[in-house]
Amino acid sequence: MTIEEKQQEIISEFSMFDDWMEKYEYIIDLGKDLPLIENELKTEDRLIEGCQSRVWLESKMIDGKMNYSADSEAIITKGIIGLLIRVLNNETPKSIVENDLHFIHDIGLQEHLSPTRANGLAGMVKRMKIDALKNIS
Amino acid sequence: MSESNKKPFSVREIREEFPALRQQIYGKNLIYFDNGATSQKPQMVLDAINKFYSKENANIHRGVHFMSQKATTEYEESRKRIQKYINARKSEEIIFTKGTTDGINLVAYSYGELLQAGDEIIISAMEHHSNIVPWQMLCIRKGLGLRIAPINKKGELLMEEFEKMLSKKTKLVAITHISNTLGTVNPIKEVIEKAHAVGAKVLIDGAQSIQHTRVDVKDLNCDFYVFSSHKVFGPTGIGVLYGKEDILDRMPPYQGGGDMISRVTFERTTYNELPFKFEAGTPHIAGGICLGKAFEFLESIDMSAAEKHERDLAKYAEDILDTFEGLHIIGEAKNKTSVVSFTVDGLHPFDIGTLLDKQGIAVRTGHHCTQPLMDFYKIPGTVRASFAFYNTRQEIDTFVAALEKSISMLK
Repeated sequence: MTIEEKQQEIISEFSMFDDWMEKYEYIIDLGKDLPLIENELKTEDRLIEGCQSRVWLESKMIDGKMNYSADSEAIITKGIIGLLIRVLNNETPKSIVENDLHFIHDIGLQEHLSPTRANGLAGMVKRMKIDALKNIS
Repeated sequence: MSESNKKPFSVREIREEFPALRQQIYGKNLIYFDNGATSQKPQMVLDAINKFYSKENANIHRGVHFMSQKATTEYEESRKRIQKYINARKSEEIIFTKGTTDGINLVAYSYGELLQAGDEIIISAMEHHSNIVPWQMLCIRKGLGLRIAPINKKGELLMEEFEKMLSKKTKLVAITHISNTLGTVNPIKEVIEKAHAVGAKVLIDGAQSIQHTRVDVKDLNCDFYVFSSHKVFGPTGIGVLYGKEDILDRMPPYQGGGDMISRVTFERTTYNELPFKFEAGTPHIAGGICLGKAFEFLESIDMSAAEKHERDLAKYAEDILDTFEGLHIIGEAKNKTSVVSFTVDGLHPFDIGTLLDKQGIAVRTGHHCTQPLMDFYKIPGTVRASFAFYNTRQEIDTFVAALEKSISMLK
């Protein structure tokens, strides 16, 4: 599946929810399911400081594809990270850099990416793209 | 006007004055419990903003024409109204600023110019960043010492420890009247007396006070008192620094520009008198006038009844929250205003705040610009519900139900 197809899939999943609480229930479940980053990987260089909750991101390149793992102190942030990882994992650095991540806006979660929200997510999306860019030879 | 001459306190009637409270968000009736961050505005303030820009907009203190004269009169009337409300001796002691932060920075810069290396400033462990950072900057600039008066776990100032810190070196004590994070009401009258006994001046951060309780600067005998308009039902972008005239007179100007001068030549400039010496440039004219309207509104409220109502709300909320397993109230001072800060074991405040928001409830989450205080409690932040006199017990019931739902979703 391409990045765009994965985004469309998520948009269609979220269109089934009737209200905000259902959406968040789903996001919280995603957050609970996402494996934690091991504590020894929660280092300063992987830390993206938000005003309210901290986020850690580990990026690796395996066989020409990006592989991300991430963690957050806040479970809702972690759930949204789960969605980002689902869209971007196992994609080439080039497609990650070139694709626009519009699904967050389309499912109504854009507030989490605003700089004032200060949950570290905006910084994480940026870092995911920068890490991919570093791997474009 | 004495409290007994006012209309009986009625939450229902007061709520009708606040259009922002009559709206729905995410399909739910808004419950606004973020009054510590900013208050909503009564209709008379909104009308005044509209009226000023529709009919009276002009620059002040310099025009010969009708509108300028009218705007100047209203701006200065507002200053006098505020002077009377907080019982300052003269309107010259009321300096318009951008807000609490600006007022503290003004004092830190200007009063700071009168201080010398080796002098000391004392603040408390519960201060907002706005009442920490300007002093740190001053201390670096002038080689002063900054001392921190400690608190206990309940969030109360340790008076004896504070007294031990006072000495001939102490030149200023800067302390909050009411903690924005904990709701603690500090014994500022006692603090002021003790500080004055060693010859130190005292600045009171009143950002969280005037909306909850009557403040009388003459009775307090504080040297400086600062607050923001937007937390006392007025517009953003304006605030007040009260300072004793003799001290303000000795302080050098903070910013240079128009309005603050008496005569300018390239060789030498003389400064205007108080309060204009500290008000360079065109001020927030509409803000100043409409802050006066906010005080006119406050004058119509029986504040002692309002304060009682707010404290009842906080007590009511705390009594219910105390029964929640794993929930901890942060800030249990004996003398406390209507702020309820809490944490829930295993849950991040951000998650709780996000789910409350989606249920129509506005609270604040995070460190509330008091990171050293969060370090003291060893927590990343709290969820803070802060009530104003327009809030109700029914709203707290809805909030409690929404909180229960949020916690069960997150666990």
